[in-house]
Amino acid sequence: MALVKNLLAGLRGLLRKERVEREMDEELGEFLAAATKEKMRGGMSREEAARAARIEMGGVEAVKEKMRAASWESRIEAVWSDLRFGARLLRLNPVFAGAAILSLALGIGANTAIFQLLDAVRLRTLPVKNAQEIARVAIDHRDGASGNFSTRYPDLTYAIWEQIRAQQQGFSGAFAWGPNQFNVAPGGEVHNVQGLWVSGEFFSTLGVEPVLGRLLSAGDDQPGCGASGVVISYSLWQREYGGERSVLGRTLTVNRHPFAIIGVAPADFYGVEVGRYFDVAVPICAEPMISGEYSQLKSRSGWWLSVMGRLKPGWSVERAAAQLRAISPGLFEATLPPEFNAGNAKHFLQYKLGAFPADSGLSDLRKDYEKPLWLLLALAGLVLLIASANLANLMLARASAREKEMAMRMAVGASRGRLIRQLLAESLLLAGIGAALGALLARNLSHVLVASLSTQHDPLFVELGTDWRVLGFTTTLAVLTCILFGLAPALRATNVAPGLALKESGRGTTEGRSRFALRRILVVSQIALSFTLLVGALLFSRSLNNLAGLDAGFRQSGILVTDIDFTTLNLANEGRVAFSNDLLRRVRAIPGMDAAAIAEIVPLSGNGINHDILLGESGEPEADAPVATFNRVSPGFFETLQTRLLSGRDFDEHDAAKAPNVAIVNETFAKKFAKGANPVGMKFRVRSLGTVSTPCEVVGLVKDTKYGELREDFQPIVYTAIAQFDHADTDAQILMRSNAPLLKVMAAVKSTANEVNPNMDISFFTFHKMIEDGLLRDRLMARLSGFFGLLAVLLAVIGLYGVISYMVARRRNEIAIRVALGAGRESIVKLVMREAGALLVVGLVIGTVLALAGGKAAASMLFGLKPWDVATFAMALVLLALVAVAASLLPAARAARSDPMEALRQE
Amino acid sequence: MADKASGLVQGTLDMLILKTLELQPMHGYGIAMRIEQISKGVFQVNPGSLFPAFRRLERAGWLASEWRGTENNRRAKYYALTGLGRKQLKGETREWARQAAAIARILEAES
Repeated sequence: MALVKNLLAGLRGLLRKERVEREMDEELGEFLAAATKEKMRGGMSREEAARAARIEMGGVEAVKEKMRAASWESRIEAVWSDLRFGARLLRLNPVFAGAAILSLALGIGANTAIFQLLDAVRLRTLPVKNAQEIARVAIDHRDGASGNFSTRYPDLTYAIWEQIRAQQQGFSGAFAWGPNQFNVAPGGEVHNVQGLWVSGEFFSTLGVEPVLGRLLSAGDDQPGCGASGVVISYSLWQREYGGERSVLGRTLTVNRHPFAIIGVAPADFYGVEVGRYFDVAVPICAEPMISGEYSQLKSRSGWWLSVMGRLKPGWSVERAAAQLRAISPGLFEATLPPEFNAGNAKHFLQYKLGAFPADSGLSDLRKDYEKPLWLLLALAGLVLLIASANLANLMLARASAREKEMAMRMAVGASRGRLIRQLLAESLLLAGIGAALGALLARNLSHVLVASLSTQHDPLFVELGTDWRVLGFTTTLAVLTCILFGLAPALRATNVAPGLALKESGRGTTEGRSRFALRRILVVSQIALSFTLLVGALLFSRSLNNLAGLDAGFRQSGILVTDIDFTTLNLANEGRVAFSNDLLRRVRAIPGMDAAAIAEIVPLSGNGINHDILLGESGEPEADAPVATFNRVSPGFFETLQTRLLSGRDFDEHDAAKAPNVAIVNETFAKKFAKGANPVGMKFRVRSLGTVSTPCEVVGLVKDTKYGELREDFQPIVYTAIAQFDHADTDAQILMRSNAPLLKVMAAVKSTANEVNPNMDISFFTFHKMIEDGLLRDRLMARLSGFFGLLAVLLAVIGLYGVISYMVARRRNEIAIRVALGAGRESIVKLVMREAGALLVVGLVIGTVLALAGGKAAASMLFGLKPWDVATFAMALVLLALVAVAASLLPAARAARSDPMEALRQE
Repeated sequence: MADKASGLVQGTLDMLILKTLELQPMHGYGIAMRIEQISKGVFQVNPGSLFPAFRRLERAGWLASEWRGTENNRRAKYYALTGLGRKQLKGETREWARQAAAIARILEAES
């Protein structure tokens, strides 16, 4: 009660200040009047009495001040007035304030943006209730796995999932899911959306409630279900159906199969994969129908599902894992793919299931970007540090200008604490405004960052909320920077002996060493840190250059890829080859087409095939045979990609189904399997799981090309003739090289395909763009670290310039005397440059040590160079030294030009 | 003039004010006079200590205040003891008596 009264009275004091002041005056006035009257009664004259009473009171203002001090609101008022005073000072120096706020906003903004991204992909938990109960079930150490791997999380096969569902005991519910892209266009050009295969338990186990209709349940996921119902995401509902309730029961075509929409998922539910989203969830039981002959569900060696579960109350992840481990031997025995050979089976039967915490979901984004983001956060932190050092330097300069003011105020009785508080208020104001602007900036920056990581084929979705972690982070940054740049100058400014400071006029002399030391330390650390950042920037941009300039063994630009899917035509195997060949012939006839070929695997697309190589034509195959990567191509593939044929011949139309099997191999294959000799003429067989092919003769040797990604070493590649493959695809992936405009080629391909049959699905992408997208992370690192490096150097150079200018100004008299005594301009420049050089050298030495220590963190992200790359260090050294020297030459030259008489006359 | 009250132990002034107000509400000057009279001039309370003390006690919830007309037709702020203040006074008085007795015993023992 008393507390509430105190609070209310305090608020009254704050809000109705005038009235409270008036009452105070009145009360004291009444006291004086009464005292005067009393004294007059004692015999004094009116004037005497009034005077005596006032003396007794001892100054009305002083009493009022004491009364004010007895209340808590007075402290708030003091802070408020400090802030107002600070704001007034900043308004008087708009250039300083602007520069300070801008550099803080940039620094804090960049840090916050990166942290926000980290928070979203790393720190936050899944948007489902009790996320800490969610765990992932997967094989612990799955070495030597064989089979067909698809989707981003090919943890398990369908057969294994069925066994887990039946035998697990640690989870109150378990579900299987897998990401996929679904074509929702009813026909013609493909319109892919992000999709999920989900088992019937998916939504109920996660505890997700529909916003409309109902979600998929166990009843919807019955084997052999066909085209039943699908659930769409909230965003698809808004995007494609305008949020209309009539969407329920409407038809959505999924890969040409009509499905009924049975419900809409809530807006905040993006699935269990952080960084991605889904538009449509399809029951797993519909997979055989949708994927047709490529169905993974029926194949025991098809790895395409990920399994998660919700732990039962009282069960820990470890306990659930132990139970899964216990059932593993029987489980893998029961799900052994019959097509496995002895070697594959041996690995398979030794697998053990495990359970892993998955409260923050799954994310390949996290795997790829967590480390780069932490590194970028560190770089951004360094930039902020440099900016703070710069500000500290500016504040120090201002502090020394206000030295006399401080001395005066201390002489009239201000306490040091009071002055420090006031100086800090100014810093706090700067940090606060900077942080607020930075937070605004961060919201845009983080979206730009996500957008720059997103590609057409691989769209990302990151929920970039501002949660308590982000807010806390930004606030901490603001307070830290404020202390960093504000406290030292405040302490320094108030550490004056008033008498001395007031006595000292502009006379004198050279600035005391100790008072100047702090600024030198600041500049040295700025140079050191900016050198570190510059080295980082150069390392990443050179790494990117190495990757982009790499000879991958094929042409990258001017190649368009189209995929023409004719599944709907239901052709038999022989018909497909003829159909593809016909399509290829027609595409080649398009005007302006230089070359075209069909390929199963587009290099660097991330897709791949590998099989065992059995050298020779016969013999019992050994269990562990060497492995090579494969691609099935049509004649003209090497010409289209301009990969040089070194020996032998390309495939031709005679290499057809009935003809002897032929292959073309690359240099690495020749090195590995023919000991470097010309492999043309050699024979080998191919083993895929349990089946061994008939012998295959090498007819050509081509130059090495990259297969899976640019960073890898060259792998042995076997090209086989696509016409000789006995399970021909129901689509033709055609690579086209043409100088004609892209859109024109695309239109021509579409009309060509339509002439053949209008009922096909067509999609396009450019080879070059696909490769560029593969370098996204490298480009991001190069760009951002480059930006940070530039910013850092700029700030450091400004800092150096400021300190040297300041030194020159402080030593003006000394320099004037030297000139007057006959020192040459040159020696003055030398004097100043010696000072700058010392700072630079010390900074660079420390910077080199820092860069070497920090380089380790970047090592795994670099391509073609080591983090201690000498050339890079030399480049950074020269670059920084040049700008630093230029920045200090300016004040040096000014000092040398100055007229000594003018400087001395001012004394 | 010398501020004899400043020699008071911190908190003693608070107790004296509370005690003075035990009988009836009074205004600032009245309180000062009363303390001076009853102490026979030993304590002359300086307004510079008195008014901040009022503010402090009011904020602690021991005093309530009210503007009233005075005997000479002016307006003055009258202070009165609250229930909480009465309790506080009782506690402080007891504590003071205890300490004073203890000090007296010590002084007697020395002499």
